[in-house]
Amino acid sequence: MRIHISANDGVAIYLQIVNQIKYLVASGRLSTGAELPPIRVLAERLLINPSTVARAYRELETAGIVEKRRTAGTYVSEQGSPLARRERIKILAERIDSLLAEARQMNITLEDVLKLVEQRNAAMQPEPVTRRKEE
Amino acid sequence: MHETISASAPPPVVDICRVTRLFGNKRALDDLSLCVPRGGVFGLIGGNGAGKTTVIKHILGLLKAQTGSVRVFGLDPVQNPVGTLGRIGYLSEDRDLPDWMTVSELMRYTQAFFPAWDEAYAVELREAFDLDPNARIKTLSRGQRARAGLLAALAHRPELLVLDEPSSGLDPVVRRDILGAIIRTIADEGRTVLFSSHLLDEVERVADRVAIIHDGRILLTAPMDEIKESHRRMTLRFGQPHKRPPAFVGALSFEGEGSDWTYICSGESSQLRKAAEALGATVMDDAPLTLDEIFVSRVLK
Repeated sequence: MRIHISANDGVAIYLQIVNQIKYLVASGRLSTGAELPPIRVLAERLLINPSTVARAYRELETAGIVEKRRTAGTYVSEQGSPLARRERIKILAERIDSLLAEARQMNITLEDVLKLVEQRNAAMQPEPVTRRKEE
Repeated sequence: MHETISASAPPPVVDICRVTRLFGNKRALDDLSLCVPRGGVFGLIGGNGAGKTTVIKHILGLLKAQTGSVRVFGLDPVQNPVGTLGRIGYLSEDRDLPDWMTVSELMRYTQAFFPAWDEAYAVELREAFDLDPNARIKTLSRGQRARAGLLAALAHRPELLVLDEPSSGLDPVVRRDILGAIIRTIADEGRTVLFSSHLLDEVERVADRVAIIHDGRILLTAPMDEIKESHRRMTLRFGQPHKRPPAFVGALSFEGEGSDWTYICSGESSQLRKAAEALGATVMDDAPLTLDEIFVSRVLK
């Protein structure tokens, strides 16, 4: 499980963990029943306070993404997958929000943004051999 | 802002109450109060000369309170050094170790002061830190010297670990060792780490409670989560241009021009959005801040 913590973007560290684990579950890279690393292990690996990891796991548990089992240990829950689509949409919605905010700041209309999205989508289709890189 | 700790909470590990300290004419501590609760990592942050080291010296009983009181584990560290120092592990900013000793001599020497010294743990640390037992302290590199100091501070498994600027001047590998040591220390239930730093990304990673010290005073002390959740950067667009930024609740600092102004605010997102709406402004950006940005806006205020 690869998680990257950045103290430079202002997002609370526990939220960075929550978002990244949700993302890993939503994208299928963490599958149902997979065990998350113990709190201490992840804290030492990421060099962050164990209570931060504990808080992230609590949030994920409340959201139904993971569950604690009696024999200790935190696992991706069965309900993880039905949730996946909603989470995927949510992750995407957050990105769209920031895109829209930026467009608004640049005085680019929604119509133009939509047009641009379609253009970029077309550019990404595998048909042409030269596939443009994301900038 | 001094936090009140509820009656049901366990007694604080460190309780400094209204201490003023003068060095000549210089007021190093100015009616400073600080409470470090048991358990967790407490980050004391401040610029050079803010008073961090002076606070730590009071905790260790190296300085006697001229006014007010200092209690560590409920004891006065000046009157009861044995009852306090024996339970504290300390790494000083300049890592003043006896230069003439070898690493293994340092270990034996330090052990003599601490009944709780755990020799197996000391050896484990020495190996993990790749310290040659026969090397003289004065021949050690800066990083190895810090590791030797850390070993001496950790091997008696102190209830309170005090680190004064532990990372300053060290490369990232040694800093990882230090952060790792902090995390392992508090992973043992009930232990407390107090560390001072101006490397705020490190503080943000490991501290669960923070105090900002400036000019000998505590400007703010609160749990890290609370501090993070109660500060936002808001960019507002007003209906017409303004020469000066319109007054906005909780603004600590601002920048901008014309009709767009960015405020660093204390307050939660929902309140601030409401306040912006009341002003007839559009929220263009509403983002969390790093501890660094919060610190700067608090100190410059």
